[in-house]
Amino acid sequence: MADIALTPAKAKAEIREATAWDQVKHNRNWLGFWFMMPAMAFLIFFLAYPLGLGIWLSFTDTKIGRVGQFIALENYEWLWDDAIFWLSVFNTLLYTFVASAIKFGIGLYLALLLNEHMPFKAILRAAVLIPFIVPTVLSALAFWWIFDSQFSIISWSLRHLGLIDHNINFLGDPTWARICVIFANIWRGVPFVAITLLAGLQTVSPSLYEAATLDGATRWQMFRHITYPLLTPIIAVVMTFSVLFTFTDFQLIWAMTRGGPVNATHLMATLSYQRAIIAGQLGEGAAISSAMIPFLLAAIMVSWFGLQRRKWQQGENND
Amino acid sequence: MSSVHIRDVRKSFGTFEVLHGVTVPIEDGEFVVLVGPSGCGKSTLLRMLAGLENITSGTISIGDRVVNNVQPKERDIAMVFQNYALYPHMTVRDNMGFSLKLRGAKSEEIDTGVKRAAEILALTPLLERYPRQLSGGQRQRVAMGRAIVRDPQVFLFDEPLSNLDAKLRVAMRTEIKELHQRLRTTTVYVTHDQIEAMTMADKIVVMHDGIVEQMGSPLELYDRPENQFVAGFIGSPAMNFLKGKIKVNGSASFEGPNGVKLPLKTAPANSDGKPVVYGVRPEHFTIADDGAEAEIVVVEPTGSETQVFAKIGGEQVVAVFRERHQFSPGDKVRLKPDPSLVHLFDETTGKRLNS
Ligand SMILES: Nc1ncnc2c1ncn2[C@@H]1O[C@H](COP(=O)(O)OP(=O)(O)OP(=O)(O)O)[C@@H](O)[C@H]1O
Ligand SMILES: [Mg+2]
Repeated sequence: MADIALTPAKAKAEIREATAWDQVKHNRNWLGFWFMMPAMAFLIFFLAYPLGLGIWLSFTDTKIGRVGQFIALENYEWLWDDAIFWLSVFNTLLYTFVASAIKFGIGLYLALLLNEHMPFKAILRAAVLIPFIVPTVLSALAFWWIFDSQFSIISWSLRHLGLIDHNINFLGDPTWARICVIFANIWRGVPFVAITLLAGLQTVSPSLYEAATLDGATRWQMFRHITYPLLTPIIAVVMTFSVLFTFTDFQLIWAMTRGGPVNATHLMATLSYQRAIIAGQLGEGAAISSAMIPFLLAAIMVSWFGLQRRKWQQGENND
Repeated sequence: MSSVHIRDVRKSFGTFEVLHGVTVPIEDGEFVVLVGPSGCGKSTLLRMLAGLENITSGTISIGDRVVNNVQPKERDIAMVFQNYALYPHMTVRDNMGFSLKLRGAKSEEIDTGVKRAAEILALTPLLERYPRQLSGGQRQRVAMGRAIVRDPQVFLFDEPLSNLDAKLRVAMRTEIKELHQRLRTTTVYVTHDQIEAMTMADKIVVMHDGIVEQMGSPLELYDRPENQFVAGFIGSPAMNFLKGKIKVNGSASFEGPNGVKLPLKTAPANSDGKPVVYGVRPEHFTIADDGAEAEIVVVEPTGSETQVFAKIGGEQVVAVFRERHQFSPGDKVRLKPDPSLVHLFDETTGKRLNS
């Protein structure tokens, strides 16, 4: 009885004006905002700020040790007339397209192979990852030796096989140098593509292949009509990343060729570094870096729209 | 359409044999249901028929042709998978037309084939949808549509209804049966649900641990199970089994647990004192003054009938009555099995003893 009598009084006490603090506590938007703060601070501090600073620098004539003045588009006007800059753009595009296309081809092939039943599957899968876990600079140095003009093991082997009579100047000849850096990039990038696509392949239900077998599909038709379409979303993601990484590559080139010979392997990233840090022209280097942004955005847009059109992935999944 | 003959088929995975010599003749146009508990090898047998597993020994023939070494696509069979295996990136139309497309059929031909199947299964309004946009029952029908379009010699179904809710399962059961009556295509249907087997089959094959326990029409299996396993597997609620001895002095009878006497019409020759298992279906009990004394434990009315759980000589049995008795737990009643419908099984081998 006493309880019943007491309850209304207690309830009344609880109905009071909500304080500002209560409102903040109960407002989901506010709460959400607070939860987002750490991530946002992190992103602003480590991504947005350097990016903004870089773009800002590209509009100034800053040099190392000297604060620059705002000079609007002057850096870009300079670059427009700079043949080396345009060569680096060409190199970057060539490097990106050739390396990415071959990485995709080999990666897909390896993924399909590793998805089959075969002996030592686990060991082979692990082996594929090796190029990926070796530090880039280390593998670049190894390639540097492999392609060395005097001590190259390739030249040595070919010579001993009697196929050539003097060493190939791998990193000294513009065409060879380009082939070599692209080769090294492919070697390094294939594991990522292969393992990611393999993960994608393993999500395809085996019963689909069984159904297709009964429907009369050949191996090629199964790939063409089932594996490939089901894999396209993953392909889009993995190739976007592959293109972004290749386009912005720096370490491999710098360790192997420093952009040489005669700028034949200069990518935008290495040229930017050379101008900004080595030569001290921070403004100009920043402008070269900033010039990469439109290309990268374009690559992201392509995959974004490529990813969106998959109608069959939409709608409820109740299986 | 075609007959199918499975002759002494064995299957091993590594050294582990899962099918120990299975022989099943299937006539042209017959609807055969493979039924058995989980893990008994039903799916394995069906997949061997389809060509998805190779045959360790024995032969499978479709029509007059031994297909042991024939590629799945040349066997002219269509299979409906338990998870339907619809191609998620194709519309219903493309899913159903895929096999024709692979065969290189012209697009008008594909259209006619798909349209015909869609009409049979009432899928016409859904042709442009993707599998994700369909309900479970609709997906099930698409999977069947994909099989129908092929117009195969044999349909294979692997537990096609097990992903559906109870009501839909009953509806689809009828639909599949109707479809079979219409198309008359030889069908092999796998299920572990004996009610599905009973209602759909022309012939039921009861499998257990990789062997065929018994094969026959649903009512044959129900009326005359060859062994205790089949007796317990077919029928719901399951048959009651009581252990005891045959007594012959003048007339035959059965002495069950704690000396309970139960009637027998006849006893096999020289079987006085033989330990046996006495089987009686729940629906073959009646209330009679000369019945065995039983104490009621639980009463479960379902509307059309009443299931009564009772104890006879300390052993629990189930009885089903169509008439509405007013029982309550603890009541004592006299239950009498119909002696002409009683089954006797050997206690050790489980084999049927009475004719
Ligand atoms: N690929 C395989 N490798 C090894 N053993 C297998 C393989 N496939 C099936 N088995 C074994 O074969 C036996 C029969 O399996 P199967 O799938 O035919 O059973 P089932 O009767 O279809 O059962 P369920 O009703 O659960 O589907 C099981 O013991 C299973 O473990
Ligand atoms: Mg199964």
